[in-house]
Amino acid sequence: MEDIKLMKGNEAIAEGVIRAGCDGYFGYPITPQSEVLEYLMMARTEERTGMVVLQAESEIASIHMVYGGAACGKRVMTSSSSPGISLMQEGISFMAGTELPCLLLNVVRGGPGLGTIQPSQSDYFQAVKGGGHGDYKLIVLAPASVQEMYDFAKLGFDLAFKYRIQVMVLSDGAIGQMMEKVVLDEQIPRQTNEEIIKNHPWATSGKTPDRERNIITSLDLDPVKQEKINIHLQEKFKRITENEVRFETLMCDDVEYLFVAYGSSARVCQKAIQLGREKGLKVGLLRPITLFPFPYDEVAKLAKQVKGILCVEMSAGQMIEDVRLGANGAVKVEHFGRLGGIIPAPDEVLNRMEEIFISKNNYGRGTN
Amino acid sequence: MEEELTRESICQQENLVYSRTPLMTPKALSYCPGCGHGTAHRLIMEVIEEMNLQSQTIGVAPVGCSVLAYDFLDIDMQQAAHGRAPAVATGIKRLLPDKFVFTYQGDGDLAAIGTGETIHACNRGENICIFFVNNGIYGMTGGQMAPTTLPNMKTATSPYGRDVVSMGYPLKITEMIAMLPGTCFVTRQSVHTPANVRKTKKAIQKAVQCQLDKKGLSFVEIVSNCNSGWKMTPLESNKWMEENMFPVFPLGDIKVPKP
Amino acid sequence: MTEEIIIAGFGGQGVLSMGKILAYAGMMQNKEVSWMPSYGPEMRGGTANVTVILSDERISSPILNKFDTAIILNQQSLDKFENSVKKGGIMIYDPSGITSHPTRTDINIYTVEAADEAAKQNFKKGFNMYILGAFLKLKPVIEPAFMRKGLEKSLPSRHHHLIPENEKAIERGKEILKAKYIISTPLN
Repeated sequence: MEDIKLMKGNEAIAEGVIRAGCDGYFGYPITPQSEVLEYLMMARTEERTGMVVLQAESEIASIHMVYGGAACGKRVMTSSSSPGISLMQEGISFMAGTELPCLLLNVVRGGPGLGTIQPSQSDYFQAVKGGGHGDYKLIVLAPASVQEMYDFAKLGFDLAFKYRIQVMVLSDGAIGQMMEKVVLDEQIPRQTNEEIIKNHPWATSGKTPDRERNIITSLDLDPVKQEKINIHLQEKFKRITENEVRFETLMCDDVEYLFVAYGSSARVCQKAIQLGREKGLKVGLLRPITLFPFPYDEVAKLAKQVKGILCVEMSAGQMIEDVRLGANGAVKVEHFGRLGGIIPAPDEVLNRMEEIFISKNNYGRGTN
Repeated sequence: MEEELTRESICQQENLVYSRTPLMTPKALSYCPGCGHGTAHRLIMEVIEEMNLQSQTIGVAPVGCSVLAYDFLDIDMQQAAHGRAPAVATGIKRLLPDKFVFTYQGDGDLAAIGTGETIHACNRGENICIFFVNNGIYGMTGGQMAPTTLPNMKTATSPYGRDVVSMGYPLKITEMIAMLPGTCFVTRQSVHTPANVRKTKKAIQKAVQCQLDKKGLSFVEIVSNCNSGWKMTPLESNKWMEENMFPVFPLGDIKVPKP
Repeated sequence: MTEEIIIAGFGGQGVLSMGKILAYAGMMQNKEVSWMPSYGPEMRGGTANVTVILSDERISSPILNKFDTAIILNQQSLDKFENSVKKGGIMIYDPSGITSHPTRTDINIYTVEAADEAAKQNFKKGFNMYILGAFLKLKPVIEPAFMRKGLEKSLPSRHHHLIPENEKAIERGKEILKAKYIISTPLN
């Protein structure tokens, strides 16, 4: 029989990582994601799978504990919300430089500063374009449902180890706090230390006579060698770009007016499409699931087909830069967003689409 | 006629009284001549070798002069961000509790930027060893003021001397963490004389044994010189250390392990 | 079938748990469900609200500004959500403590004196169950057998002995529901 539960997004990803064979979680409480640590503590993971769960003294300590565990080839993770993720950027950059796999969860809240505890999508740039110092990328997965919060635990770890990269699940307060049905999978056993030594020969596990010592470092003072390391990283990001783009389209066969949105905003847009279709408007949705790598090709394809694109984000307009890159001037791309923790309403979103592209008619194409 | 002394004739097996510890790599140390880091490295590696722990050991290198410690130590190592070594070691030890895990940190790393990580790893009683080399200055970045810089001591960022009114006092972090129930063995040693080297080695052995016995965190501070940073000859710096550092950072055990 | 509900009142009135019971029961009845709370400091004493959606289809937005039904438990929530009920929709509220009553004439308005009833029955913890009963009388979207399963799922097992009492309160809620304003000709 199917194992179905009603869960909060934060609980679902916590259960997801346990079942995905996670070895360790290190984190620090912050609203709106504290349920992740609470759930893991309540779940008695040490007894259930042997997974280690530790409340650290700060987000900085958390991410460096993740670094230590990941460098041993373990499946480790942390979670936080925006201000805490800002603190973690040092460690994330170090993990990028040392190519350590890990899973990161950002349940985004409004900023800047302490901001608000309400949901927001204003950390897109930080997750996709920036973050810490240096030329690196994270794989960024954007769940739009509690089920995806659960599913992206395993997917995230799989991608992290496939490419030796840090995978960030970029969620928000709404997805984290809401409850929906979740279909749960079988428990995947944690890797044994022997399997780790065999599968991840780079991991620090204690030098044995049959191999050279393993060193995890992001330092090379020789610029020629450092450039080689960077080129290697860029080649990896290129492979990811070629192979790991994920997205979903809804009502796009005959679409004339396209919403592009991820996460909670995509859910709002789904409702807006229903309302629009009831009015006879040919509206549809492109929902990027990976924000890096971004589905530029799909945007380009749809941009040639539609009369206007409205990019809906709970921010002042961040993903829109990628949507415009994808559209490359083929059609006008406009932004609609609410700031500071306000979630736009479906009719608000539809009205904006109508105002910009439909009621004024044919001012859309090619005027970007 | 006396036999001519040559390098070959001297380097005979029967004449060897001292050799490179096998767990030190052949790479030449990058530390300044006269610096205590090399001795500290060697002592830790000797103990690991004598206790047959190489295949069980994961070390954590800091940011500071010993950032490249992994070039010289023939063990698995991770290089940590500045100050974060105790957090990194926590991650390792929690996931591999049967391994021998240590950090090797300087005073800026451990007692300034990493104070939080240090105190909380100690307070949790992480079953690791922290080897703390305190020379009262930031050596690698060129002699700036450290948390352990003495009052009135001149550094690049306290060029008229450390004015305690505006710059604070030398931080006695070793005494601080000794108060925490999570630490089991806390000691302060030095490596500037053969007698002190022997004592320090004993302290390191005891610290390692504490970890093998799962007693909690052991913390070995090694007060050391920085002849370059202090702008002295090695001998002058050792004398200055005895006269000025030791009164503030007295040598000896601060907390001994319970039997 | 899609039923979009807002439940709003003070923290401590059982707003979130009433929503949870509905969502669990809906799930047990094989419906798609979502439960989207207001969260944060306001949960700890101030106003609280939760959007519950029950549907036979995939749920689009869990966040809405128009609802089929608004269940209102205090004045602030009445002021805030009266205009969020869809035309022809339903508002159910407990009139105790309400001084400024709803005035819309394009929705159906009902009252349920749950606080009084809970006091009368000496079952103050069951306050939200009287309300839930009133809702189920108007919108029988969940069958009683699944209501029970929802209670079992959402209540910790140490409280399972209270389930019959809760069920009784739900039934009583159906009886004490009163129509306050009914639109004469159904809209749509």
